[in-house]
Amino acid sequence: MKIENVIAVKDLTKRFGAFTAVDHISFEVGKGEIFGFLGANGAGKTTAMKMLIGISKPTSGEATVAGFDVRKHTEEVKKSIGYMSQGFSLYNDLTIQDNITFFGGIYGLKKTAIQEKSKLLIQDLGLEKMANKLLGALPLGWKQKVAFSVALLHNPKIIFLDEPTGGVDPITRRQFWEMIYREAHKGITVFVTTHYMDEAEYCDRVSIMVEGKIAALDTPKNLKEHYQVDSMNQVFLKLARNIE
Amino acid sequence: MNTIRYIIQKEFKQIFRNKAMLPIIFVMPLIQLVILSNAATFEVKNIKFSYIDNDRTAFSRELIEKFKVSSYFDVINEFPSMKAANSAMLEGKVAVILEIPSHFERNLLRDKRTGLSVTIDAIDGAAAGVENVYINQIVLQFNQKARVKLMPFDNQGALPQNIDTIPAFWYNETLNYKTFMVPGILVMLVTMITLFLSGMNIVREKEIGTLEQINVTPIKKYQFIIGKLFPFLILGIVLLTVGLLIAKLLFNIPMVGSIGLLYAYTVVYILVILGIGLFISNFTDTQQQAMFIAWFFMVIFILMSGLFTPIESMPYWAQVVTEFNPIKYFVQVMRMVMLKGAGISDIYPQFFKTLAYALAMNGLAVLGYKKVT
Repeated sequence: MKIENVIAVKDLTKRFGAFTAVDHISFEVGKGEIFGFLGANGAGKTTAMKMLIGISKPTSGEATVAGFDVRKHTEEVKKSIGYMSQGFSLYNDLTIQDNITFFGGIYGLKKTAIQEKSKLLIQDLGLEKMANKLLGALPLGWKQKVAFSVALLHNPKIIFLDEPTGGVDPITRRQFWEMIYREAHKGITVFVTTHYMDEAEYCDRVSIMVEGKIAALDTPKNLKEHYQVDSMNQVFLKLARNIE
Repeated sequence: MNTIRYIIQKEFKQIFRNKAMLPIIFVMPLIQLVILSNAATFEVKNIKFSYIDNDRTAFSRELIEKFKVSSYFDVINEFPSMKAANSAMLEGKVAVILEIPSHFERNLLRDKRTGLSVTIDAIDGAAAGVENVYINQIVLQFNQKARVKLMPFDNQGALPQNIDTIPAFWYNETLNYKTFMVPGILVMLVTMITLFLSGMNIVREKEIGTLEQINVTPIKKYQFIIGKLFPFLILGIVLLTVGLLIAKLLFNIPMVGSIGLLYAYTVVYILVILGIGLFISNFTDTQQQAMFIAWFFMVIFILMSGLFTPIESMPYWAQVVTEFNPIKYFVQVMRMVMLKGAGISDIYPQFFKTLAYALAMNGLAVLGYKKVT
């Protein structure tokens, strides 16, 4: 059975003046896939992702996300995706409950739906006692878990995670990936950037960006075989070193 | 509609949860209102007066006595010579030196005319002008009495009739400067708070990264802007209300006109200021930048508003510039409605100019806010 593509990118390019941040990248992501988007700092990962989530206009090329053209139907794209960014992007000066209510509200969820969802979410994360505490009081790892759950409030088809585990301890990182797996099993497509190569091993497929181009794209197993190494870390180093 | 409600709810929660901001929003402006209204006065009082009496006669003493009893002058010192007096003025110890020449009384009695020398510290030109008027008035009074004394008794009937002007001061009969200043200062405070808060609000979300999160949601630009503006509109109105109460209770400022009209105009006015604030927010990346730009406009707006200096006395080009100053219109409307009891048709020009301004600024703010870069 052919897997339905939820992200299709063809020759997507972004230039800032003379600098080409993303240079004709093409790839597809299937439904329910965990797609790792790797690359050194400045390789163009975040820029590429920003085009896919509709907050940065492509210079040229095409991209459809959840069946919608990111250029023409940006707002439709936004309804179908969840996004959690590198830096922390919920409100520290609001309580956990306030954050859920606010984001549920601006995604157009009904009041009863928000109540149900937040109850479930808080239960799942085991934060019953913390629900009415300011989010700023939580440790970073917990905040990231809340942010991930909030990004899923409106049942998006795809979730984009931009270095979701940066600065988080190994145990929380593992728990975080368990959450990602649970969602992927439910059929949500996960598009994730990371700098942790052990996390790259968890992905179904991995693309590695080097200087704005996709230098490699395959399953972690195939990539390791192809480059004849034991770990994704070595794959990454080989590719990244080639450019120097 | 619901989306807007959620944004408003969130903004209010953030405002009321911010323990540092709340006093800044409410307590600070009201302290300013009380302090500034009492301090910012155009009246020149307690003028540091000194004199050199070279004559030392009944006449010269009588003249000096007139200054001593005047509430406008504080007689600081008598100097033996002009040289000593000048050095005291240089040090800023005295502001006015009156020199009575020797033979003052004799010349007055014999020649019916004499001179007085007055030196005024004119570093503050406006104050010096006022001081000059006060001095002239006292000398004039003294002059009239002296004339009566000097006239032979039987000639007094032939004294020319003095023409006295009896001024009628409308709308502020007692020339109480507070009546004039309090509405103006209130305008300034409402403007300052709403401009700074709105100017920094969206930039703040840019700084902490939450704006990006908002931009990936399907929220509409107008929903976001309205949701952001509304709480500050309410804050501005509340601030005006508290200010008006203080004006009434503390300063006993009359409220001749319709309060409803004043509020209706204020709503439109605050929309202008919020539009400017959002506009600044869109084009800056940090709260610091936003703050400086807001200050830039605030200083120009205040100094060119007619609050402290009359617009009529500005050069022509500056008067043209004030056409774009929203504070000018608000100051005018406040004074017109509160003190003169102006009705809606009296403030049409201000009202429609402000309305046009509000539409323009908010249009620009919505256009300038980009969800996509």
